Amino acid sequence: MTAVIIFFLFVAVTLGLSFYLGSKAKSSQGYFAAHGQIPWFVNGVAFAGDYLSAASFLGICGMIAFYGYDGFLYSIGYLAGWIVALFVVAEPMKRLGKFTFADALDARFQSRGIKLAAGISTLAVSVFYLIPQMVGAGALIKPLFGFEHWVGVVLVGSVVIVIVVTAGMVSTTWVQFLKGSLLVVFSGILTVLILLRGFETRSGGIDGYEFKTLTVADANTLTDELAAREGIEAVEQLTPENPNLQIAFVRTRTKDAATVWSYDVDATENVVLREAQDAAQPLHPIGTISKLPEGQSKAGSLGLLSFFSTLQKSEVVLWRNQKVFNPDGTETRIYYQKPTPGSEVLRPGEHPVFAGIRSDEPINKLNFLSLMLALFCGTASLPHILIRYYTVKDAAAARKSTIVGIASIGFFYVLTLYLGLGAMTSGAIDVSNDNMAAPLLAKSINAWLFAIISAIAFTTVLGTVSGLILASAGAVTHDLLTSVFRVDMNDHSKVRVAKLASVVVGGIAVVLGIIFEKMNVSYLVGWAFSVAASANLPALVMLLFWKGTTRQGIIAAVVVGMVSSLGWILLSGDTYGKVYGLDPADAMVPFSQPGIVTIPLGFLTLVLVSLLTQPKSS
Amino acid sequence: MECAVEARNARIGLVLFFVYLLLYGGFVFINAYSPTTMESTPFAGVNLAILYGFGLIIAAFLMALLYGFLCRERGDEKQSEEGQP
Repeated sequence: MTAVIIFFLFVAVTLGLSFYLGSKAKSSQGYFAAHGQIPWFVNGVAFAGDYLSAASFLGICGMIAFYGYDGFLYSIGYLAGWIVALFVVAEPMKRLGKFTFADALDARFQSRGIKLAAGISTLAVSVFYLIPQMVGAGALIKPLFGFEHWVGVVLVGSVVIVIVVTAGMVSTTWVQFLKGSLLVVFSGILTVLILLRGFETRSGGIDGYEFKTLTVADANTLTDELAAREGIEAVEQLTPENPNLQIAFVRTRTKDAATVWSYDVDATENVVLREAQDAAQPLHPIGTISKLPEGQSKAGSLGLLSFFSTLQKSEVVLWRNQKVFNPDGTETRIYYQKPTPGSEVLRPGEHPVFAGIRSDEPINKLNFLSLMLALFCGTASLPHILIRYYTVKDAAAARKSTIVGIASIGFFYVLTLYLGLGAMTSGAIDVSNDNMAAPLLAKSINAWLFAIISAIAFTTVLGTVSGLILASAGAVTHDLLTSVFRVDMNDHSKVRVAKLASVVVGGIAVVLGIIFEKMNVSYLVGWAFSVAASANLPALVMLLFWKGTTRQGIIAAVVVGMVSSLGWILLSGDTYGKVYGLDPADAMVPFSQPGIVTIPLGFLTLVLVSLLTQPKSS
Repeated sequence: MECAVEARNARIGLVLFFVYLLLYGGFVFINAYSPTTMESTPFAGVNLAILYGFGLIIAAFLMALLYGFLCRERGDEKQSEEGQP
C-alpha cells in the first residue's frame, strides 16, 4: 500500500509541475521550443531524461538480468551515439534550425519536398520509438498494481496525451530534468545497495519457494525410476518444439499437483532433473546464484571490480523457455533452469541477437556489426533529441548541454551493468517478462525503493513519450501542414492543431504498445535507431559537410533510407518469428538489423542524386 | 570571425570523432571477430569485455570535456554563460 501511495505522490508532483509550467507557454515558439530559453545545465540533464527512456532503464537491465553482458552492448552503443551528436551535429544543427529537424535540413533550400520527406521520417521514427516506451509502461504497471499490460499502456497513453495537450516544451523539459536527475541518483543508490548486499547462493527466489533437483542413474529408465519414487503417480514425456535442443522435459504428477522438469546428463553420467515452471501455472520469482567461488555460500559487501571478479568465478542459474507438446497434443510453454558459469554470463554473445559473433558464418557477424553501427549513428538522428537543441539559447549552450548529457547518461550506463547483474541474482525476477527486471530488483531490496524506482521509471516513460509526441506534433503541424500543404494558420491554431495531432499519435502508440507486449524494449529501440540513422543521418551529415548536396539529393536520401530500413525490418527473420509468427528461416533478408546496408545506401543515394542534379551554373 | 571560430570548432569535433570511432570500431571488431579475446581477464579478475566497455564510456566523457575545453579556449559565444530561463 505504501508503495502505491509513494508512486501516486511522485506522479502527481510531476504532473503538477508540468501543468504549472505548461500554463506559462502560450505561443508556438514556447510550445515547441520553450522560447529557446532553457538553461544549458537543465537542458543537459533533460537530454538524459529524454534519452534514458524505458528502453535504457527497463530494457537494458532486463536483457542483462536474463542474458548477462549482452545488454551492456546496447549501453555502449547508445552512449557512443552521443559522440556523433556532440562532435558532428550539435552546433551546426543549432545554427540551422528553428523548431524541427526538417527546419534544419531545409535551411538552405526552402523546399516543400524536403519538409515533406523529413516530416514523414520524423513521424515514422517517433512512432517506432514510441512502441518500446509504451511496452515498458505496461511492464511497470503490472507488478505495482497487478493490472494487465494493456491497462498500463492505456493509462500512460492517456496521461501523456493530457500532459502534451496542456503543456509543451517548457514543462516537458523541466519534467525531463527532474526525472533525469532522479533516475541517475536512485540508480546510484540502488547500485550501492547491490554492492553492499553482495551475493548469496540460493535455490529459490524471494517468495521462499525452493526449486528442487533430482538425480536419476540412467536416462533410458528415467520414467520407471521416477514412477517408483514416493508420491509420484504418473510420468509424462514432453516433446520440445525445437528438436535440436540439448535438454529434455518430463512432467510428474502426484495426488495434488503436477511438476515439470528439465533434464540432461551431467559429467558423471547421471541424469539431473531440475524443476521447471509451467507458464499455465502461477510462476515463482527467479534469479539465483548456485555456486560461489571456493564453495562459499555468501560473498558479503563487494567493491566496484570485485563484484565482477566474484561473479566471474560463480555459477548463475539463468532461465530459458521452450514451447513443448503434451502427450495429448496440446502445447505449453515451459521455463527451465540453465545453470551458467559466471565467465559466460560476463562475456558477449549469449543473447540470440548477439549469438552471431560466436558463429563461423560471416553473415551472422554482420547482424551484430549492423546493430552496433545503427546505435552509433542513430542518436544524432533521433527527432526528439534533435529538437532539444532548439530549447537553448545558442550553439555554445547546445554544446555545453550535450556534455552534461553525456556525463549523466554515461554514468547511468555504467550503472546498468551493476543493476542488470544485481537483478539477475536478486531472486525477484519475473521469469515471463524481462522488461520488469529493474523495478523487481528494487522490490528485492525494499518496498519503498520499489515504489520510488517504479515511479521514476513511470515518469521516465511519461517524459520520453511526451517528447516524442511533441516531436511528431511538430512534424505534422509545422513541417507538413504549414510548409508542405501551405495551410494558413495563426499562432493559436498551430498550437491547437499540434495538440490534435498529439492525441492521434498518442492513440496509435497505445495500440502498438499493446500489440508488441512480449518484445524486449531495448531490442525495439534498436530498430528505431536503425530507421533514424538510415533516413536522417546521411542527409544531415552531408548537408553540413558537403557543399555539393542538392535539394533532390536530400529528399532521395531521406526517402530511400526510410523505406529501405523499414522494409528490411518488416522482411527480417526477427519480425517473421516474433511478430508474424512465421518461420524466421523464410525471411526475405539475410540478417535482421538493416543499418549496415541502409545507412551507406542513404549516403550513396544522396551523393548520386546530388551529382545528377547539380545546378547548371556550377 | 564568427565563421572562423565555427570552422575551428568543427575541425576539433571531427578529429575527436575519428579518435572515438577508432576506439569504438576496435571494440566492435574484437567482439565480432575474436570474441574469446573479450573473455580474457587482464586486470583484477575482470574480463576485457567489461573493462573495454567501461573504458569507452569514460573515454566519451573525457573527450566531451576536452572538446568543451578546447572550444571555450576559442573564446566564442560568451553571452551563453549561465543562461537563465
